[in-house]
Amino acid sequence: MYNFSFHRPTGLRQASNMLGKLEEAKILAGGQTLIPTMKLRLASPGNIVDLNAIEAEMAGIELKGRSIVIGAMTRHAEVANSAVVKEHLPALAYLASLIGDPAVRHRGTIGGSIANNDPNADYPAACLGLGATVITTKGKHAADDFFKGMFETALEGDEIITKVSFPIAKKAGYEKFKNQASRFALVGVFASKRGSEIRVAVTGAGANGVFRVPSFEEALKKRFAPKSLEGLTIPADGMNSDIHGSAEYRAHLVGVMARRAVTRANEAPEAPGSEAEGTDVGNG
Amino acid sequence: MSATGIGAAVRRKEDFRFITGKGQYTDDISRPGQTYIHFVRSPHAHAKIRKIDNAAAKAMPGVVAVLTGADLANDKIGNLICGWAITSKDGTPMKMSAHPAIANVKACHVGDAVAVVIAETLGQAKDAGEKLVVDYEVLPAVADPAKAQAAGAPLIHDVAPNNTIYQWHLGDQKATDAAFKAANHVTKLDIINNRLVPNAIEPRAALADYDSGTDSLTLWNTSQNPHVARLVIAAFVGMAPEHKLRVIAPDVGGGFGSKIFIYPEEVVCLWAARKVNRPVKWNSDRSEAFLTDAHGRDHVTHAEMAFDAEGKITALRAKTIANLGAYMSTFSSSVPTYLYATLLSGQYGIANIYCEVDAVYTNTVPVDAYRGAGRPEATFVVERLVEVGAREMSMDPADLRKKNFVKSFPHQTPVIMAYDAGDYAASLKKAQEIADVKGFGKRKRDSARNGKLRGLGYSTYIEACGIAPSQAVGSLGAGVGLWESAEVRVNPTGSVEVLTGSHSHGQGHETTFAQLVAGRLGIPIENISIVHGDTDKVQFGMGTYGSRSGAVGMTAIVKALDKVEAKAKKVAAFMLEAAEGDIEFKDGKFTVAGTDKAAAWGDVALNAYIAHKFTGAELEPGLKEGAFYDPTNFTFPAGCHICELEIDPETGNTEIMGWTAVDDFGVIINPMIVEGQVHGGIAQGVGQALFEGTVYDKDGQLVNGSYMDYAMPRADYLPSFKIDTTETRCPSNPLGIKGCGEAGAIAAPAAVMNAITDALGTEDIAMPATPAAVWRTLQKVNTSRPAAA
Repeated sequence: MYNFSFHRPTGLRQASNMLGKLEEAKILAGGQTLIPTMKLRLASPGNIVDLNAIEAEMAGIELKGRSIVIGAMTRHAEVANSAVVKEHLPALAYLASLIGDPAVRHRGTIGGSIANNDPNADYPAACLGLGATVITTKGKHAADDFFKGMFETALEGDEIITKVSFPIAKKAGYEKFKNQASRFALVGVFASKRGSEIRVAVTGAGANGVFRVPSFEEALKKRFAPKSLEGLTIPADGMNSDIHGSAEYRAHLVGVMARRAVTRANEAPEAPGSEAEGTDVGNG
Repeated sequence: MSATGIGAAVRRKEDFRFITGKGQYTDDISRPGQTYIHFVRSPHAHAKIRKIDNAAAKAMPGVVAVLTGADLANDKIGNLICGWAITSKDGTPMKMSAHPAIANVKACHVGDAVAVVIAETLGQAKDAGEKLVVDYEVLPAVADPAKAQAAGAPLIHDVAPNNTIYQWHLGDQKATDAAFKAANHVTKLDIINNRLVPNAIEPRAALADYDSGTDSLTLWNTSQNPHVARLVIAAFVGMAPEHKLRVIAPDVGGGFGSKIFIYPEEVVCLWAARKVNRPVKWNSDRSEAFLTDAHGRDHVTHAEMAFDAEGKITALRAKTIANLGAYMSTFSSSVPTYLYATLLSGQYGIANIYCEVDAVYTNTVPVDAYRGAGRPEATFVVERLVEVGAREMSMDPADLRKKNFVKSFPHQTPVIMAYDAGDYAASLKKAQEIADVKGFGKRKRDSARNGKLRGLGYSTYIEACGIAPSQAVGSLGAGVGLWESAEVRVNPTGSVEVLTGSHSHGQGHETTFAQLVAGRLGIPIENISIVHGDTDKVQFGMGTYGSRSGAVGMTAIVKALDKVEAKAKKVAAFMLEAAEGDIEFKDGKFTVAGTDKAAAWGDVALNAYIAHKFTGAELEPGLKEGAFYDPTNFTFPAGCHICELEIDPETGNTEIMGWTAVDDFGVIINPMIVEGQVHGGIAQGVGQALFEGTVYDKDGQLVNGSYMDYAMPRADYLPSFKIDTTETRCPSNPLGIKGCGEAGAIAAPAAVMNAITDALGTEDIAMPATPAAVWRTLQKVNTSRPAAA
């Protein structure tokens, strides 16, 4: 690890100011990507702005109207074990339970995961697959506009994610095929149905990060069932290819995982009152 | 059987300190004034070192010294050596290249050290390392052993034309070829035995301390055999005379073979400690471990098996290219030769065997012994051939095995080994019952209904363990004897210290060796301590590898205990005023035959030291005896493993549904520890079959050099194992022990691959059978057999 200056702001405004002023500043949330990268000397931020002292402003899981709002510093284990999430969005709790290992899940945060936008991470699939809203110190981003490609997001340098709002879907399922080494998603598919809105989001497979599959969504509009996806594939072009799997394999797995995600969504109990009318917090 | 003697599942004595964080590993030890060393390593697989500019590095804060291969050569520090001489079939000796601890002329693999920085802190050493300017002339590299000998392949060492270290053979070629000509059926396979990274949980480490007052050096390191390290570093590297060098291998967190060898880092730490006259510490990080710990396996083999009309195996022949990497590691030459081809008879009576092995240099990390060392490679060849032969001849694979099992002992194979005892049919039968092989057909149909492909695979393996005998290994080229030593020191209060040349780095010797002593002397196990791993305490020892510490190391203790008992009887005779011949010793008590006169163990021990009952002319005071034990034969553990698995054809994912292991380890000291060894071995064998394997690109870069890309077998990838044993005593040692440390890793890969190919209906898949590889194979099968689905 290279030397760096460590800052521990106690409020969000102070943190934003630091990020604006300090050179080569990096946010430390759960540190599950940043710290290993620094230890390997692959990252050399001059300044670390640690958000852990302002956790209170960015913590907690709440049911707000027809959405679940999760503070950015919420650890994966809290989401995985949250009674509220398990009741209203069990697919999201399940997804969180698949991230890394217990040590990672007790340190890693949802805000950190989304801000990092690792092309193999799980949370981006849930954000895009549910049409979440990313709430920051500067405003709100719809998930569709937030993820800009591998490790790229719409965030500005001094912008901090404070909350993520997930609209409650009537049906939602996540299916993950793990890279056997890293346990990141080789291919992960999040599928949901909320009213007439169908979303199918894929992580791990794309050479440019998380993406939606319009052809699958169209097919599922007729009937939200795995059968609707039978025979459907996506082209291997644009898929990632490495020692763990070719582009063709990943494209094939997108179809398999999508069918299984839909099956899982149909098997899960429907969220209570999820079809009722209501304003989605953050979607306005 | 006593509660703590041989056969008892005694809880491991050493675990309290390990699980409470009180273990003392090399990195836990620090010396006053300690400095930290950072190895600057070549990023290129093959590159000439034109020039090293260290001015900027030397000027960095905290830097104590920057040293290069030229400095090492100037100080006349010798090269690392390979200690087992192999002779090619044309009679020429193996082509061992120079292996300087720091590359001087050129770097031969990614990770080859080209310089070191010694600084006050590790961070400062690394910072300075980045300022070192190495001018490389990058050369073409070769990483694939199958391409190393090709015309035009980059030459790695001038001493070895065509990158060929030796072309060795074993067996009778003429007779074997004749048997093939006469065969009714011949099964042929091309096999790649994938290269593995050992991945001990504790990375290698070294701490060197120089005492200028006595001109002596102390090295703490992660070694499986500290005395051999001292011998090589003293006698061959020429670092210091043997009596001026102390090597201490304290608690060591796993080795799997990778900590047998003498590595550049410990040599450099010793040299640097004397040079800067301060202690020097190195602790490998995981990335360094991937690039510098000796890897395992890496064979490319074509193998054939000949059968007669009844399915009797009449001959086996194999041609193997073994990748030894960029340099010959300490015992590398022996692994693909005498530890491999000598086991090609498996559990079978095969009259004719011929094996050719070409060992090659490549621009990769050196390869040496890794859990099983040669025997997993041999077992994989034999057990895949038998299984595929059965399929091709439409015979039941278990029946074909039974038909060919060696049934009478001793049995001399055509490849050196003389099997001493075993009952292979017994372990096969027991395993079949436990695995419910009869019910497999129904389970396969059930899987098919769920869209899954189910397969079952056998592996009836044999291994040669307890390596010694010294005369035998000496005649095969070993540079050392492979006996073991022990010393039993009885204290005046009757407690006992056992000094052993074996080394425990996870095996539980502090428990099992103490069980032996507790049972023999009839004293509480708490009153026994096992001392190992320090050349200043233990006189000499050969260390732990090749499942030898039970069969060889414990037998040395038995011999020392025999002498202790004999001496104690003399003491008791004086105490009890009886003839020495009338003294009997049982359950910790000395008695005079036919009387009620008795003396307890502790009283005799005390009397041995206070020496009031006898004069120095009659008997020497004290109670301490040593012994060296050299066995007459290898030991031959064997058994049957059955793997049952399910493949998801949509994803290619393999799930192991059941694992049965029935092993014959001879007499078992501690069944709990043996079971743990079997579990770990199977996990590593399954790792080789399904998950692990290095990937080198064409430039010699290790593509999967971290846990992000190198998949290890995790607990949740494995089922709950069904483990049982059969027992035939080993006749060559008094305890009847055969050894158990490597069995799982030897048996498992063939069992998995036999099951996978059974499920897939094709032999066309190599290890590791990752989901992507299985899926790719299924795509081929489905396109070649469109109607089959």
